[in-house]
Amino acid sequence: MSSLLSIKNMSVNFDTPRGSLEAVRGVDIEIPAGMSVGVVGESGSGKTVMCRAAMGLLQGSTVNRTGTVIFDGHELTAMSKEQVRELFGSGMAMIFQDPLTALNPVRRIGVQVAEGLRIRLGMSKSDAMVRSKELLELVRIPNAAAVLKSFPYQLSGGMRQRVMIAIAIACNPKLLFADEPTTALDVTVQAQILQLLRELREDLKMSMVLVTHDLGVVAGNTDYVAVMYAGEIVEYAPTTKLFADMRMPYTEALLDSIPRVDHKSGTRLSVIAGRLPDPTHRPAGCGFAPRCKYAQEKCTTDHPELKADPDGHIYRCWFPIGGAL
Amino acid sequence: MAGSGTAHMRNTVDSVLTVRDLTVEFRVAKDKIVKAVSGLSFDVVRGETLAIVGESGCGKTTLARAILQLPPPNSGEVVFDGTDLTLLPKENLRSARTSMQMIFQDPISSLNPRMTVHQLLDEPLEIWDRGTRAERDERINKLLFSVGLEPDLVLNRRSYEFSGGQCQRISIARALALDPRMLICDEPVSALDVSIQAQILNLLLSMKETFGLTMLFISHDLAVVKAISTRVMVMYLGKICEVAPPDVLYSQPAHHYTRALLNSVPIPDPTKQIRTELLQGEPPSPMNPPSGCRFRTRCAGASALCSEQEPQLREVSSGQFVACHHPIV
Ligand SMILES: Nc1ncnc2c1ncn2[C@@H]1O[C@H](COP(=O)(O)OP(=O)(O)OP(=O)(O)O)[C@@H](O)[C@H]1O
Ligand code: SF4
Ligand SMILES: [Mg+2]
Repeated sequence: MSSLLSIKNMSVNFDTPRGSLEAVRGVDIEIPAGMSVGVVGESGSGKTVMCRAAMGLLQGSTVNRTGTVIFDGHELTAMSKEQVRELFGSGMAMIFQDPLTALNPVRRIGVQVAEGLRIRLGMSKSDAMVRSKELLELVRIPNAAAVLKSFPYQLSGGMRQRVMIAIAIACNPKLLFADEPTTALDVTVQAQILQLLRELREDLKMSMVLVTHDLGVVAGNTDYVAVMYAGEIVEYAPTTKLFADMRMPYTEALLDSIPRVDHKSGTRLSVIAGRLPDPTHRPAGCGFAPRCKYAQEKCTTDHPELKADPDGHIYRCWFPIGGAL
Repeated sequence: MAGSGTAHMRNTVDSVLTVRDLTVEFRVAKDKIVKAVSGLSFDVVRGETLAIVGESGCGKTTLARAILQLPPPNSGEVVFDGTDLTLLPKENLRSARTSMQMIFQDPISSLNPRMTVHQLLDEPLEIWDRGTRAERDERINKLLFSVGLEPDLVLNRRSYEFSGGQCQRISIARALALDPRMLICDEPVSALDVSIQAQILNLLLSMKETFGLTMLFISHDLAVVKAISTRVMVMYLGKICEVAPPDVLYSQPAHHYTRALLNSVPIPDPTKQIRTELLQGEPPSPMNPPSGCRFRTRCAGASALCSEQEPQLREVSSGQFVACHHPIV
């Protein structure tokens, strides 16, 4: 399978008053064309930084990115800022957790949707407005004509996220980065937005990287899952494979610790003791070792290498569940 | 009479909290009034954990605050331990609140950053004159131990030096300092990471056993509610839709809204994905709620009756009460 996005040995460090903070550490991942790939992990595990760094969106003197990013045949890491920006819209697009901060509060929705069409596709003002209305209808916004004339604060969170999706898909991107797109929404609205994303991906033949902390969202909306822990991708496999046959102790612990509606009430949860390691002082061995029930001597001294099963299932653990192959 | 009914009330001597016909309104503009909680009644029995679930804006937090008289409700009774809090003068209210403590969603900002952990825990003990210096210190150490914190390591530190999960442990210790009978938790784990969430939920469960607490647990997260509650009350736009024990509610919801909520919860198992008809649209404004049943504008089962008459709670199976003209059976 050809990959649309390939990230090779990417690390991202931030200079902070407490020293260098390693937010992303030696990430290798291939995003196959046409697929939906979930990225799960707890807060601070590096999900957002990984996506933003891959898109070349992290800039500034305190950011240090190394490694290679190849998107659709272009080596982004070798291109200028302007060249990378050219790829936005038709190549890659992004939606975020909080659409309110991404939308301009004092400009009407119509103007904001039309803007990208005019800049990127060179549409006339009136053509762009017509197309904007179509886009709002495409994301199932009822009463699109009225919404074009409204301001962001007049819309509900769910409607604002639909507007963001309309803006993101305006130029038919090949890859959509969706960073916690439903985390701020109510569960019934979340279900609607996830359904919309599934349908749009199908219709527009769009790939997606779906960042979330919710293993339930991942289970129903992705073909592959990458699990992040302490800045690393610690496991990567087809979604069904990952849930049926996980190799990484962290993935297992995470899944066991979440309350579920499909379990009996009053079920005691298993707990992952402790917390994430300090990103400015990464431990020498496995980052999960102090919390891992399978940990042995070696785990605290040697950093586990990336291993792959013959079927492509990738993990980073000295003593994987099910034994080494 | 309008209201969501009282068939689900147990009215026993074991009731720790009884809320009757509670209404909370906010004036948001000159001529605009939001009815955040509308004629709500329920009771909480000793040892029970009653969970209140519903989406944002359904009135969960307003309800919790009205129980604590922060601010007092516009009308209705809040009987706690035999006393109607709405009738109590301010001074007596403060002492009543010591036996009814609240835990909030945002653990970090709910603790005063200028105070050390020792001061945070000592404050309520000192105000209410619970023992000598030495006795209070012993109590503080015990409390910290019971919530899984090492007193020597934390006593002299301040809230900003702790993670969200640790701050929530401190809040719980502080809430337990005065030996309350009841704990009201408003989204206590929503701001926490999944691995920390499990730690806090388990802590609440064991605190409940150790201290013989009765709990009101407010959450939008149906999975969390299932893990912790012994009775669940589903709210929509300031009204009760359904009340039932968790296993009944989750396996055979009788209200169309309960079913829609449950169908929207993502299941962390790729082999258990069922795609059902989704609930359309979003809740209407509480400023102008629909007539009759407030859910009718989004309900698949609605009839003409639903716009004319407000459904009253009634028992559809043992312990399961639903306010719906056409319940799912
Ligand atoms: N601009 C920045 N400067 C310094 N540190 C940063 C910066 N942005 C992120 N970090 C740090 O990098 C690490 C990874 O953060 P990131 O935002 O990628 O996590 P995440 O997995 O997206 O978490 P969440 O689930 O909370 O969104 C964290 O320790 C974070 O504090
Ligand atoms: S390398 Fe060791 S500590 Fe890390 S996950 Fe594997 S068994 Fe656990
Ligand atoms: Mg993030």
